[in-house]
Amino acid sequence: MTAASPIRIWDIPGGIHPQENKLQSLGHGIETPPLPRELIVPLQQHIGARAEPCVAVGDKVLKGQLIAEASGFVSCPLHAPTSGTVTAIGPAPYPHASGLEEWAIRIEADGEDRWCELDPISDFRALEPAALLDIIRASGISGLGGAGFPTAVKLKARPEQKIHTLIVNGTECEPYITADDSAMRYRAEQIVSGIEVLMHILRPEQVLIGIEDNKPEAIEAMRAAVGERPMQVVVFPTKYPSGGEKQLIQILTGKEVPSGGLPADLGMVCQNVGTLLAIHDAVVLGQPLIKRITTLTGDALSHPTNVEALIGTPIRELLTFAGLQPEKLYRLVMGGPMMGFTLQSMDAPIVKTTNCLLAGSKAELPPPPPAQPCIRCGLCAEACPASLLPQQLHFFALGKDYDQLKRQNLFDCIECGACSYVCPSSIPLVQYYRAAKSEIRALDLQQHKADHSRQRFEHRQERLQREAEQKERDRIARAEKAARLKAAKEAEAAKQADSDAAVPAADAPAPKAGGLTPEQKQLKIAAATAQMALKKAQKQLTANPDNADLQAQIPQLEQAAREAQEAFDKAQGEVSNQPAAPAPQAAGEDDAKKLKIEAAMLRAALKKAERAAGDNPSDQQQAEIAKLREQAEAAEARVPATAAAKKPVDETLKQAKLDLAMARAATRKTERALAESPDDADLQAQLATQQQALSAAEKALHEAENSSPIPPPERQRVDKKPVDEQLRELKTNLATTKADFKRAERELKDATEAGGDTAAAERELATRRAALDVAAKAFADYMASKETN
Amino acid sequence: MALVRMTSPHAKGSNHTQTIMLWVLGATLPGIAVLTWFYGFGTLINILYASAVALLVESLILAIRKRPIGFYLRDGSALVTAWLLALALPPYAPWWLTLIAVSFAIVFGKQLYGGLGQNPFNPAMLGYVVVLISFPVEMTSWPAWRGIEAVVPDVHATLGLLDGVSRIFLPVSGEIDGWTLATALDVVKTNNSLTMTELQATSPAFGQFAGYGWEWVNLAYLLGGLVLLYKRIYSWHAPVGMLAALAVMSLLFWNGSGSDSNGSPLFHLFSGATMLGAFFIITDPVSGATSKQGRLIFGAGVGILVYVIRAWGGYPDAVAFAVLLMNLAAPTIDYYSTPRTYGHSKAKRGMGKTD
Repeated sequence: MTAASPIRIWDIPGGIHPQENKLQSLGHGIETPPLPRELIVPLQQHIGARAEPCVAVGDKVLKGQLIAEASGFVSCPLHAPTSGTVTAIGPAPYPHASGLEEWAIRIEADGEDRWCELDPISDFRALEPAALLDIIRASGISGLGGAGFPTAVKLKARPEQKIHTLIVNGTECEPYITADDSAMRYRAEQIVSGIEVLMHILRPEQVLIGIEDNKPEAIEAMRAAVGERPMQVVVFPTKYPSGGEKQLIQILTGKEVPSGGLPADLGMVCQNVGTLLAIHDAVVLGQPLIKRITTLTGDALSHPTNVEALIGTPIRELLTFAGLQPEKLYRLVMGGPMMGFTLQSMDAPIVKTTNCLLAGSKAELPPPPPAQPCIRCGLCAEACPASLLPQQLHFFALGKDYDQLKRQNLFDCIECGACSYVCPSSIPLVQYYRAAKSEIRALDLQQHKADHSRQRFEHRQERLQREAEQKERDRIARAEKAARLKAAKEAEAAKQADSDAAVPAADAPAPKAGGLTPEQKQLKIAAATAQMALKKAQKQLTANPDNADLQAQIPQLEQAAREAQEAFDKAQGEVSNQPAAPAPQAAGEDDAKKLKIEAAMLRAALKKAERAAGDNPSDQQQAEIAKLREQAEAAEARVPATAAAKKPVDETLKQAKLDLAMARAATRKTERALAESPDDADLQAQLATQQQALSAAEKALHEAENSSPIPPPERQRVDKKPVDEQLRELKTNLATTKADFKRAERELKDATEAGGDTAAAERELATRRAALDVAAKAFADYMASKETN
Repeated sequence: MALVRMTSPHAKGSNHTQTIMLWVLGATLPGIAVLTWFYGFGTLINILYASAVALLVESLILAIRKRPIGFYLRDGSALVTAWLLALALPPYAPWWLTLIAVSFAIVFGKQLYGGLGQNPFNPAMLGYVVVLISFPVEMTSWPAWRGIEAVVPDVHATLGLLDGVSRIFLPVSGEIDGWTLATALDVVKTNNSLTMTELQATSPAFGQFAGYGWEWVNLAYLLGGLVLLYKRIYSWHAPVGMLAALAVMSLLFWNGSGSDSNGSPLFHLFSGATMLGAFFIITDPVSGATSKQGRLIFGAGVGILVYVIRAWGGYPDAVAFAVLLMNLAAPTIDYYSTPRTYGHSKAKRGMGKTD
């Protein structure tokens, strides 16, 4: 904890020692380039959601004024780097490997560089950690080391995990870059103040400042700035890539960040010194993040140096400041030579993550020689800091064996480039890994989408099946109803005959011997379902003997099953006891009552089960409830059907309905016949007559309905008819056009056989075919629209 | 001027495949020098001739495969194959023997699999085994060595340069009975009556602690190998694995110094092709195992097999067979010797069937 007890330094596997090339940019301290005429502030400078502009073109902005808000939790706001006028908001040059543009706010500087009102905190210790985090978030601070993760989010990445170690990353292991080195040399006090802010927020047990031993001046400055504070400057041997977050944690603590996890999982947070400087500026000075220290270096610059540049400064202006010799410039890299990416244009601005601009000459960064075959020498495996086997990854990447790549932990590759650096065959290994990674990500996404589609398809199939089953049940119910009506009618007739001619009751149509009436059938079904529900519940109970709800359900279900069975037995007994003729109606009335009772009971059982299940029903309970509900609904559905017979039936309406149904059936039959033999003139004539009869029947029904005492809701189904009307019309149309077409075909055939002139017949056929197509299409469209409805 | 678009890293180490190959060739020089000292110019002529054959055959195949010839010849791998094969063949081996061995190594051992980096077997050892099985007489005709005059005065030991050339390319002209003699490994293998001390006293094939001359050849190869280790051309794992396994095996099955002795550990370490194998053959990365642990296992396997064949098999020396057998096992070793990756609690081993 104190400087007196130096902590143990651990070694990382692998690593390389490339030429450092750091001296050339260290000669001039931190310089300030002239204020640029125009600044381009991209909306995406961090990992996460793009910021949303909150200024409009033409607005005057002051330095430090908010110009774009964070749009989401993982996002960062943006501030005006200088005072001026917003001239454009739209796609602008952007520093990215792809060379693609990105939305940005362009600000024309007015040259005054006038600050907006700032709100410095004189004593941050008086503030709550949450308030400090808010300041960091509102100041738009994202990691300045390279990745650009929003700092406030990173500090609270694992809110449940206590952070015991704060690691300050002053490693800067990449060759050429000296931005952090300069920051530590000349801004050590501010960095330490930033560390204190973080200590106040995180309350860590130890603070480790890790610096490579090739920066003696920075180490000295940091040690002086730390003084007696409870922080420890830890110096370790220079080796690339010690500055990687995971590697630095391993060097300082010997622990490894779990694969796919965060340092916070180990109770650690790692922050770059540049970020700490920004935190100091934000909290102590109240200045949002609008500037950063950037290294300008490379052989194509005559004055390589470090600058404190405004974010959004075009790269061209910075390089000009550093004495760019355009004829020497061959490769322009943002970031270091190991992990940086090339830029195609100098119009792009620097962003929050720009720690270095490397303007290399051809001699300095020569194009790589053509790749030779891999000889599996294993130098890459020796250099890999993650202990991967790069040569194996290379082979599997070539063969697109993605399963093996995942197995070989491709996604633990940090793309440090050490393997490519040492490869004697000059194979661009990292590029292979990047390509394979994005390919795997794309495949995973595709797989995810496919799974999603399959799920949707399966659910749709289930729904369709449910609907089909429901239809089937409805159809059975209708058929039963029709049968009942018929039976009632016949009974009526028999009664009539009885009173007229005293015909013996035995002559009346009696229920089939041994057969069951529809009511009895329903009762039997109800009894069987209740029995089944009971059995199922019992079975589940055997599987889960501790489920109290299930236990409670069993007696209810038992009772329901018993009663359903009793109802059925009774109905059967009555049938056998009663004389045949009046039976159906009497039984019907009786049964309707029983059905009602049954339905009510089921409903009660359902309510009870629902109550028992409470707010968080288990799957089994849910299934049970669903089943009970289904039963109850089925039972209820049956009740009105039976009860309807009991109601004062409007005989006229009923008769009209029956007539309509019969007329419709007759018409359909003729239509079908006509479709089979389309040119039967008799049939066509018959169809016309029947259609007339049908419309007459419909009319009669409508009249009957209008004069019926039964309230309209009962008749709703009838109103749907016009739709079917259209369908039938379409069908008829299709059938006639088909008939016409067939006739034309035949005529053509006859004409061909007769050897006469076929041209007219062919024309006729073409017309008919077109008509048929139109009809078929209309029909199909109608069906499709019906389907979607 | 248009800026180039290139992938990271932009910095590149100075190491090249060609450099590695040249270092391997350079490290054989002490061994070549000692061989030449003991056996005359045969070895040198072999090397030059084999190199020429290798380059020619490789160019031919590359031309047939429509590959850039200069680009692939420059990697130096054909030269290394030829060079090592020439060192393994007996000096003054007839020209057709070298031709067959080198051609087979380059064509069947390497190019038919897809060229450099694709071959499952060590090409040099494949060529060696083909001629060893096909022409056992020529392959066991090691010439008499310098210093044998003291024992067998009528045999002129090493030949002059011109004599050597004519012996290789016109073999019938210089056939002399008793010109070749059994090596120490042969003697120990076929002996079943004399104790080791008696053998050492009677047979001219013995030197201070191993085969006469061979102990010096092996020491020279060891020296070259240490240079390569120092230069980090390869890691220590495979050679140490092999030598340690051979030492342990010969210690366990030494059988004392009686007539049924299998020879001391020192005898085995410094006889035959032990050091050549340990530092120049099994360190071929293409056909060996991949990880450090895998290379240790690979080397140990070779060491054990060498001893098994030497002691109980049908051949006096066995580096070639042992290497080829372990080449077969290398992919399996790779599957079971993957190192643990950063951030993982243990390594994923085995075939990793995902279905």
